[in-house]
Amino acid sequence: MANLTPHKPSLWHRHAIFEKNSIILIIGILVAISIGGLVEVLPLFYLKSTIETVEGVRPYSPLELAGRNIYVREGCYNCHSQMVRPLRDEVERYGHYSLAAESMYDHPFQWGSKRTGPDIARVGGKYSDDWHRDHLRNPRSVVPASIMPGYPWLEQTPLNIAHIGEDMAVLSVEGVPYSQEMIASAVSDAKTQGSADDGSTASFLKRYPKAITRDLGGNGGKLTEADALIAYLQLLGTQVDFKLYDDKANIR
Amino acid sequence: MTNQTETNVDPRKIVGTTGHDWDGIEELNTPLPRWWLWTFYLTIIWALGYWVVYPAIPLATSFTKGVFGWTSREQVVKDLEGLKNLRGPMTAKIETVSLQDIEKTPELLSFARAQGAAAFAVNCSPCHGAGAQGFKGYPNLNDDDWLWGGSLDAIHTTLQNGIRWDANKDTRTSMMPAFGKEGLLKPNEISAAADYVRSLSGLPTEKDADLKLGQKLFTENCAACHGENGEGNQDVGAPKLNDKVWLYGPEKATIIERITLGGGGQMPAWSQRLDSPTIKSLAVYVHTLGGGQ
Repeated sequence: MANLTPHKPSLWHRHAIFEKNSIILIIGILVAISIGGLVEVLPLFYLKSTIETVEGVRPYSPLELAGRNIYVREGCYNCHSQMVRPLRDEVERYGHYSLAAESMYDHPFQWGSKRTGPDIARVGGKYSDDWHRDHLRNPRSVVPASIMPGYPWLEQTPLNIAHIGEDMAVLSVEGVPYSQEMIASAVSDAKTQGSADDGSTASFLKRYPKAITRDLGGNGGKLTEADALIAYLQLLGTQVDFKLYDDKANIR
Repeated sequence: MTNQTETNVDPRKIVGTTGHDWDGIEELNTPLPRWWLWTFYLTIIWALGYWVVYPAIPLATSFTKGVFGWTSREQVVKDLEGLKNLRGPMTAKIETVSLQDIEKTPELLSFARAQGAAAFAVNCSPCHGAGAQGFKGYPNLNDDDWLWGGSLDAIHTTLQNGIRWDANKDTRTSMMPAFGKEGLLKPNEISAAADYVRSLSGLPTEKDADLKLGQKLFTENCAACHGENGEGNQDVGAPKLNDKVWLYGPEKATIIERITLGGGGQMPAWSQRLDSPTIKSLAVYVHTLGGGQ
């Protein structure tokens, strides 16, 4: 370029203003990134087609939510994604690709972007509770080649569900349809789900259809953190009945 | 360093400076290399093309669909259909031919074993092991010791309906009582029964073992399912106790634990996750691992 004169008054050369003033540069970067971000994010909130119309997806039960909190606390998302992408090999391995509707009550979502371990968006119902217990205690006892750390303390730590109702109240502010009744009965619902039929199972299932209820801990309803996590894992990817789901209607 | 004079040529004569002067230090206004600039402009043009070809720009109630109307979800449906067509003729045969005939036809057998091996690696190996060798509490599938039967049909039924899998109404069920936890037997009785169970397969028992009491307890409590001589019963998934194959282990402590806790392992009902040709292929694969009956 034969540009020997730095002060040529064309618009093309006004970028010198950004280059010479750090504050103006920072403001410029913020504006540019904000526009990019807003254009990508905002439409997802107002476009009706973002979230598919499906049946069966319900908010997490208190016990599942407690398990989800443990999932987040232990950083499981660092190695496990919860997002089966619409690619042939993924669908062949994991099952139907994930729908936005399946994580519409997740705040924040657990899609993840890194798979050191396998995707677990559809792990629910794939293994027995006992397998999960063995695997959480020491993954190598069932998968010798696994590099996942063991989480033996989960089955030794009693589950603290005293505040799970408050978690649900916060989520209801974020748009998860928890009713006052659900929030009020959160603690007893968690106990009901984690034990064999104790008389209130029917009313629990009315609030949380198709939830698994069984004596998870195997010790008379004394719930541990592992029980909550297993209740959460056994739910993952099982809520939408893909035999009824219309792929073609939701292509976009 | 060979030619000092050449590197010391004042480059300002070529490109000029930005006009700034910091204590005598000036900044050259060197333009970006042409190849870099043109690559940059090309990427911008490429992005514009991308906007036109693929779904890209959000609108008020929808978004631009791109000139070809391409979507990733349509693509994967097409890809999966392609896969189905590729496997189609063989899959159709697997679906209609009986399990026994699949094993007798070399062409079908090799297809079923390949499909079965792939499905096994994804779905079965976490419990039964990559080589189907099993783990403590999860049966080995290579041997001829079967809990619920080792015939093709029995394996197929187990795969379809699972074991103690509540979500499937046809699942295989049976439940060993928790003799210790529920107080059906006292600790000394459990110990005697455990010793007797070890004696069934010729394992050494403890010196002060009360085998008489153990035998009496076994006949009263265990024989109904495990058989008078511990030969097991595949109708109720009761393991054989008079051989050297152990599901949880032959140690006395392990046997005491099983008598105390009772229960049994679970297996998912795969008919809810896998299609019928895949399950048939899996049945053939497991049956041909070595222990099929």
